[in-house]
Amino acid sequence: MKYVTEYRDAGLAKTVAGAIVREADAGRQYHFMEFCGGHTHAIFRYGVQDLMPKNVHFVHGPGCPVCVLPVNRIDDAVELAERHGVILCSYGDMMRVPGTKQRSLIRAKADGADIRLVYSTLDALKIARENPDRQVVFFAIGFETTTPPSAVALKMAKAEGLANFTLFCNHVLTPPAIGHILESPEVRELGVVKIDGFLGPSHVSSVIGSDPYAWFAEEFRKPVVIAGFEPLDVMQSTLMLIRQVNEGRHEVENEYTRVVTRQGNLKAQTLVAEVFELRQSFEWRGLGTVPYSALRIREAFAEFDAEKRFALTPKQAREVKSCECPSILRGVKKPTDCKLFGTTCTPENPIGSCMVSSEGACAAYWTYGRFRDGQPRVAEAAE
Amino acid sequence: MCLALPARVVELHDDAMATVSLEGVRKRISLALVDDIVIGDFVLIHVGYALHKVSPDEAERTLAMMAEAGVLAGEIEEMAS
Ligand code: SF4
Repeated sequence: MKYVTEYRDAGLAKTVAGAIVREADAGRQYHFMEFCGGHTHAIFRYGVQDLMPKNVHFVHGPGCPVCVLPVNRIDDAVELAERHGVILCSYGDMMRVPGTKQRSLIRAKADGADIRLVYSTLDALKIARENPDRQVVFFAIGFETTTPPSAVALKMAKAEGLANFTLFCNHVLTPPAIGHILESPEVRELGVVKIDGFLGPSHVSSVIGSDPYAWFAEEFRKPVVIAGFEPLDVMQSTLMLIRQVNEGRHEVENEYTRVVTRQGNLKAQTLVAEVFELRQSFEWRGLGTVPYSALRIREAFAEFDAEKRFALTPKQAREVKSCECPSILRGVKKPTDCKLFGTTCTPENPIGSCMVSSEGACAAYWTYGRFRDGQPRVAEAAE
Repeated sequence: MCLALPARVVELHDDAMATVSLEGVRKRISLALVDDIVIGDFVLIHVGYALHKVSPDEAERTLAMMAEAGVLAGEIEEMAS
């Protein structure tokens, strides 16, 4: 209970934990997937799992944008910087993600490629304005929260006629990925991954709203509760999921009403729709090819599309064979099932993507020591 | 990168830009994704953009949680850089 007692709402946390212990049916196992890396992080950081009864389990999902980007695309980014000599602008989290042969952006940079860490697409535009004689590419990654900023950047580039700026689009979508997981043989036929419900993303949902989850709550008969990122939000949402399961309901509920509405941010959605369109399919690290799960730049903005401006060579990406990230991202395995975990692979020297970002399951396991034996279970204490 | 910080709008500029202030750090951010922001409003900042408006209470809760988790300083540093 260390982290929770330190937290100022410890009293409330105990009340919610108590309700969970009371209401979770002892004759039943509950498996809830938190799609979003932000929730994975909160669950580990605050020891939320320790407050749960033994039959309530969290399955970590693929909602970490850094973890799901396939090696090919990292290799492409390295190629842009090294072979095409562009100034490649990237969010910080991407820098250490290993590509083929452990080659990452940070290694390419150390070898002389002009790779710049930016905080925002606005910084990338500024770099393009300041370097009119150089090609500047923004390495765009992320789910529905980083897509609107990319859309704004492309609109600004077009309005200004910023001819040396392009965007390498790797934006992916949350709902198709959740649907894909539910359709996978691991969940449907083999039963190796048990999912009784989902903790829905916080910030992603603030943009897309809660409505897009309705179809798979209905189709797959799984409850979804949109959950805020605070530990108390996660606990309250878990309680709401337990209640739905107990009552045989499968609805979309919204715990995070202080931010998320049914429709989401319509202004952001309109901008995204103006600039981007669906890709027929996109490869996700760990999930494989997922239909209609990513975006590409519309024809009207084609001149700012890095994939059109630069001829990228097709790649045969190679992952480290013993890295279990693909299974971990699908909830099939745990980081501790990987032979490299904590020995060869650590946050300082990540072998796979799940160890790079603080939202990756391997990094969360490692940082908060949840893998060590004899972790106290304090569900009893919460009663 | 997935984290987002609530900050108070202290100045409005042309081109849908604003200056926000957080723990003494001032930063120019874009308001292109939100409507009707006035000085004094709290907005959730994500990769240099206001993603939506938040209530002052919500802002305070989130910041306290992030300070508790030891991530606030790092995020502010990233935002300031
Ligand atoms: S510990 Fe490292 S090598 Fe093993 S699955 Fe995680 S990221 Fe991959």
